[in-house]
Amino acid sequence: MAIRKILGKTSDWLGGDGPHHNIVVSSRVRLARNLKGTPFPGWAKKAERVTILERIRPHVEGLPEMAEAVSLACQDLSALEKQVLVERHLISREHAAKGLGSAVVMNRRQNLSIMVNEEDHLRMQSIRSGLQLKAAFKSVNKVDTELEQQLDFAFDSTLGYLTACPSNVGTGMRASAMVHLPGLVLSEQINQVVQAVNKIGLAVRGLYGEGTEALGNLFQVSNQTTLGETEEQIIDRLQKVILQIIEHEQNARMTLLQHRSSTLLDHVGRAYGILRYAYSMNSKEALNLLSLAKLGCDLGFYPEPWSVAVDELFIETQPAHLQKGSQQKLAADERDGLRAEIIRGKLEECPTPAILDVLSKVPPSTLPPKSASPEA
Amino acid sequence: MLCDVCKSESACVFLTQIVDGKMQKVNLCESCSRERGVTDPTAFALADLLQGLGAAQDVEQLAGRGQKCGTCGFTQAEFKKTGRLGCSACYATFTEGITSLLSSMHKGSSHSGKVPERQARFVEKEKALKELHVQLRQAVKSENYEDAATLRDRIRQLEVEA
Repeated sequence: MAIRKILGKTSDWLGGDGPHHNIVVSSRVRLARNLKGTPFPGWAKKAERVTILERIRPHVEGLPEMAEAVSLACQDLSALEKQVLVERHLISREHAAKGLGSAVVMNRRQNLSIMVNEEDHLRMQSIRSGLQLKAAFKSVNKVDTELEQQLDFAFDSTLGYLTACPSNVGTGMRASAMVHLPGLVLSEQINQVVQAVNKIGLAVRGLYGEGTEALGNLFQVSNQTTLGETEEQIIDRLQKVILQIIEHEQNARMTLLQHRSSTLLDHVGRAYGILRYAYSMNSKEALNLLSLAKLGCDLGFYPEPWSVAVDELFIETQPAHLQKGSQQKLAADERDGLRAEIIRGKLEECPTPAILDVLSKVPPSTLPPKSASPEA
Repeated sequence: MLCDVCKSESACVFLTQIVDGKMQKVNLCESCSRERGVTDPTAFALADLLQGLGAAQDVEQLAGRGQKCGTCGFTQAEFKKTGRLGCSACYATFTEGITSLLSSMHKGSSHSGKVPERQARFVEKEKALKELHVQLRQAVKSENYEDAATLRDRIRQLEVEA
């Protein structure tokens, strides 16, 4: 089955090679579009949704970008397969709840996915590694331009693209970046940053979007408004804010390193110990420890091969990704055991972190006082 | 006086802020003021708070009247339930309530971004027509009938062009 090809392969954007990838995990841009004269998916009857899907799907599958695509109808996907796609951010949680009359088409590299009959008739999304909002927009905008040659989109000269939810009207665009901010969390500055960002019309959300918890010190920053500005203006504004967040995060990390190095080393060192030797771990704990390990990589405490291993573990230890490797349904405690096993297995091959070596490179004046060390 | 947010406790925090030259007042009870971070001057904008309140009221208003979309049969009661509209024509059906809802939600009230290529000419014409109608109304109002006649002719001409 086609989905196997996708599930067995990691997403392209997880490569961790984009600009600022230490702090910005990924950039995503999605566009919402609807057909003229037909009800939105949430209000359409089942038969109407099927007709809409039949009208849209051939055009989406015919896109040059989708030459080697995987096209999946929602009713053909198991709950587990859908959850795996959610964990990879290829479909939304809302789309995972859909059945007959909805579908998703995604390319092999898994950086372009198009949902049909989610909240809107079309939700097209492009994902890139690191801070690459412009590149992500360019790619999804091209797809939109190609599709609008063949499909009549609902568009109003004043309101722009018309969407099921008034909050998306205008450009129908949501641009977002997933940022990893352990420094700001550890130094307790995160609330200030979140509030400041909210104040200028941008939203900060948890790992899986609206209403989700910020696990693993991962946050999504996105535009809140879609009407009144051009796509480029929205992206420019978001890009500027994210560059500032990066600067704040880097400053927070430097300050921690200089003034609270023992706390920082304790966190990073404990994360190594637990990840390396634990025999049971729930997904929340795993995300939080992996976040600290990622911080350790960024600061140079953990040697090179670590950062790829840690980035992969972020996805591989998610509940559905764990389950997909097993034949029978795992209970929660079995999953926790398996998660710990996978982490141990992967980290076994990584060299022991050289935390002390790094510390010796920090100017002595910034080291914790002698009395804080265990020998004293 | 009751709190503007929860509308149940009596207000004890009275705030006035001037945003974009406009004075805005809000009255809050103790718990709402704490919840919204009013006491922290760096983290609080009255405008945001008012915006939030405005949006909630607009949804109420929109839901209050018994209109129905002629294209898809969607009602305002449905909108109140889901916060989503029935079809693209609903924007025209419920235009009154939606306009104020949109202005409280977004930065501007008109789209300035991408226009679908095939609709570009049509959209341009619509915009030009709207602009001419505004000018026509102004001309009539100021009893400048010569200009009004020219404007009327231009409108007619544009409307005839397919």
